[in-house]
Amino acid sequence: MARIGVVVFPGSNCEYDAAAGVTRLGDQAEFVWHTRTDLDGIDGVILPGGFAHGDYLRPGALARFSPVMGAVERFAATGGPVLGICNGFQVLVEAGMLPGALQKNRGLTFLCQPTTLVVSSTSSVLTRGATIGQELVVPINHFSGSYTCDDETHDELVRNGQIVLRYKDNPNGSRDDIAGVANNSGNVVGLMPHPERAMSTLLGSADGMVLLESFLGVKVAPFVLAH
Amino acid sequence: MSSPAPLHRALGLTDSELESIREVLGREPNSLELALYGVMWSEHCSYKSSRIHLGRLPTEAPHVLVGPGENAGVIDAGDGIAVAIRIESHNHPSAIEPYQGAATGVGGILRDVFTMGARPLAVMDPLFFGELSDARQRWLVEGVVSGISGYGNSVGVPTIGGELTFDDCYASNPLVNVLCCGALPTQRLVLGVASGVGNLAVLLGSSTGRDGIGGVSVLASAGFDGADGAESLDDAKRPSVQVGDPYEEKRLIEACLALLDDGLVVGIQDLGGAGIVCATSETAARGGVGMDVDVTAIPLREAGMAPFEIMTSESQERMLAIITPENWDAVAALCTKWEIRATVVGRVVAPSIDANGRSVAMLRVRRGFGGEVLAEVPAGSLADEAPLYNRPMARPADLDAIVADDPSDDEPVGSPNDDLLELLVDPAWVYRQYDSQLFLNTVVGPGRDAALLRLAGPGLPYSERGIALSTDSNPRWCALDPRAGTALTVAESVANLACVGATAKAVVNCLNFGNPEHPEVMWQLSEAIDGMSEACVGLGLPVIGGNVSLYNESGGHDIDPTPVVGLLGVLESLVAPPPGWEWRMGDVVVLVGTRHANSHYRFPLGGTRWATRRGRRGGHVPHFDAETLAAAIDFVAGEVASICGGKSSDVTAVHDVGGGGLAVALAEMVAVTALGVEIVELESHAELFAEFPGRFVMATNDVEAFIARAAVAGVPVVPLGTVGGRTMRIGSTIELTVDEVAGRRRGALEESLAAVL
Repeated sequence: MARIGVVVFPGSNCEYDAAAGVTRLGDQAEFVWHTRTDLDGIDGVILPGGFAHGDYLRPGALARFSPVMGAVERFAATGGPVLGICNGFQVLVEAGMLPGALQKNRGLTFLCQPTTLVVSSTSSVLTRGATIGQELVVPINHFSGSYTCDDETHDELVRNGQIVLRYKDNPNGSRDDIAGVANNSGNVVGLMPHPERAMSTLLGSADGMVLLESFLGVKVAPFVLAH
Repeated sequence: MSSPAPLHRALGLTDSELESIREVLGREPNSLELALYGVMWSEHCSYKSSRIHLGRLPTEAPHVLVGPGENAGVIDAGDGIAVAIRIESHNHPSAIEPYQGAATGVGGILRDVFTMGARPLAVMDPLFFGELSDARQRWLVEGVVSGISGYGNSVGVPTIGGELTFDDCYASNPLVNVLCCGALPTQRLVLGVASGVGNLAVLLGSSTGRDGIGGVSVLASAGFDGADGAESLDDAKRPSVQVGDPYEEKRLIEACLALLDDGLVVGIQDLGGAGIVCATSETAARGGVGMDVDVTAIPLREAGMAPFEIMTSESQERMLAIITPENWDAVAALCTKWEIRATVVGRVVAPSIDANGRSVAMLRVRRGFGGEVLAEVPAGSLADEAPLYNRPMARPADLDAIVADDPSDDEPVGSPNDDLLELLVDPAWVYRQYDSQLFLNTVVGPGRDAALLRLAGPGLPYSERGIALSTDSNPRWCALDPRAGTALTVAESVANLACVGATAKAVVNCLNFGNPEHPEVMWQLSEAIDGMSEACVGLGLPVIGGNVSLYNESGGHDIDPTPVVGLLGVLESLVAPPPGWEWRMGDVVVLVGTRHANSHYRFPLGGTRWATRRGRRGGHVPHFDAETLAAAIDFVAGEVASICGGKSSDVTAVHDVGGGGLAVALAEMVAVTALGVEIVELESHAELFAEFPGRFVMATNDVEAFIARAAVAGVPVVPLGTVGGRTMRIGSTIELTVDEVAGRRRGALEESLAAVL
């Protein structure tokens, strides 16, 4: 059974939901308070959704300075799987652990709605159990989820297969319909949609299961760095 | 030369109220004491105009754990879980500053719920504005919705539904009501009571500033003067609006729930309207103990605040906890973790003994513990002993003429197709801005008959149960007949719960009315309370909490009476989603429930959306008939509950026939499924748009079996037609393509909001 650390900043609010997704798939979730500086014994890290430190500045701009982020960075550097969901994605981008930036949605309103995602790359911890072109219904829930990056970064993302998920019907103006990206090694992934909210047909969709299963390594072997 | 108004009048107190204060104290009050009475005896805090009427509502049932008068009502939902629910208004703040007004409305209602030890799990927002052709209304809608979205999403409580009503009567006085529901392990229930002489009163959360001073008296308990929009909503009142900080509130929720989990508090109370004076006097009065407050201990946001400002400020995101001195270190440590300020500001003291030898819980405001006493008043006199008014009542003189002018007699003119399209509105533009899914409980979210949630949350024991919530109102009915209108509103709400399989367990209400000094308004209020009482008794429902919002007037014009009800229902087993509106190709569509209204007219149009859009605001409201309603509602709830419990069924879709009538209910099902329907000729044109509760559109793939079950239950069923094709057709009256119906419904709200850019 894997031990998954769910990082909790003051202002996080999806930590219970992320933990529920982990335990539902038979693994163990452990809350990691943002002041912790070690991740000893942790097999994977999830940065959940919410409004870390209130996000009154720019989403994730303060959280990147929380003591735990040093530990997350070191964990990732050794190949440890790290997943940022929504606000967690914003934190990873602010921390420089993922390329690009997230700006306000095209319509300048918060959006909570189901979206259809298309798997564009399977070389990441989040998508390795899915198939290219597979469509997954997963909800979004954000104000600042419009992914952007410069041309050079975009070329690189495409070349390396780092764009892992795209929106079928772009809800927020993201460049190239990008919903989720990975780092070059594939062990750090961020996405704006909430796979933990799509784990049960009672709640509308169980399509998020394949993503979290991949991340937890339930169905496939442990993730090996691409290089 | 005129002399300045006496202080008590400036504070909103009448001359006779000043006399009552002199009697209570046996002396002349000082100016600080007057200020305390000014806020606590305001209409908003004291319910002085409505209290004698509210006593007529039924409040008891075996499952009620906490009834009206506490911060929130609480019921036993089974499986060791209690559910707390509360509804409030934030009308006047939202009229002046829509974003902050609506945001702080959310913040306030959350504190009412977690004060009871419950984790807030859902928020709903019934909203009422003027017509969107007016630019100011569009500004208000955008501000209010983004305020709810900005605060609710950030604080981490899903907003799962509400209502959206547009009517000119709200043009200068919009209504922003907010309901919150939370859950707790039953044994953790706490009440806002101070006890234990020597215990400490600890102020948690934000520092205290000058925002919101007099909010309850200046804003919530007076109308707006000017006749027209912006001018009447004067800037002078803006400083009485509070400013919200959802991040502070989020940490406050987590810290307070942790304090309760660890058993570190004796009692806890939120600071809402009337701030510290309200929280300290209410906890002391409930506990029968005295309270000394050190006004110099309270952390301030700005220098130079006077004691009356500190005591009455409505700065947001503050709680008052009563703790034993031994627990102080643990409380302080926990608050440090959550970055929450915790300050000892008061002490529980023994009650005083008055001249007649009776024990009296005194609230003393002092400069330093043991220092100079700045104010000393009986806590109960502030909290519970405001004068009660039996204000004069009068049925509006013109009401008979209005009722007699009944649109049910009108010859149909124009195109029913156009009439139908005009009535279609999809509120998705609003609810897409709300996080409706947090905590993984939302089985049915916003935009349907009722919201349905799993009864689950952090720290709760496991349960397979579900809870359902619906908010409803019908000011059009209530303007014509507040008694029947309110009774039917309750029925409508119970019917909405049935569509998701839930059985209603409790009612909360938010009574939005005009100026109680107008006898017609008091008559409307009294009638509405009687109607609510009649419906609740008839349907076996307790009222477990409520809020009265008066002075909803502008320029001398009162709003239509707008009693909003919030219904809480429980579903025994929730393992599969209810059928919803999504019918399938080939299904037979049936009307379940009595086809004809209990009324002089078979299909009454008085107070309908159809008639109102034509400027026809008169007519009769159908009678409330508990027995017939209950039979249909129980049957539908049972059919849906069986599906939610995992049993197979021939029922594929369910929709309550509500605002807009049968034609709108059918069109909404066409729109969401993108499947047409072929409906038989109805009895009359009026049947398309008549409104009266207790009717449901259902779809079945085995109509004979369905009719047989309904017959056993004694509930009438009329087959209406068949699902299929790309056209919505009703006899010879309605013929629209699926795309016309869906397109118009989807675009209606956004087009209106974008009307003049």
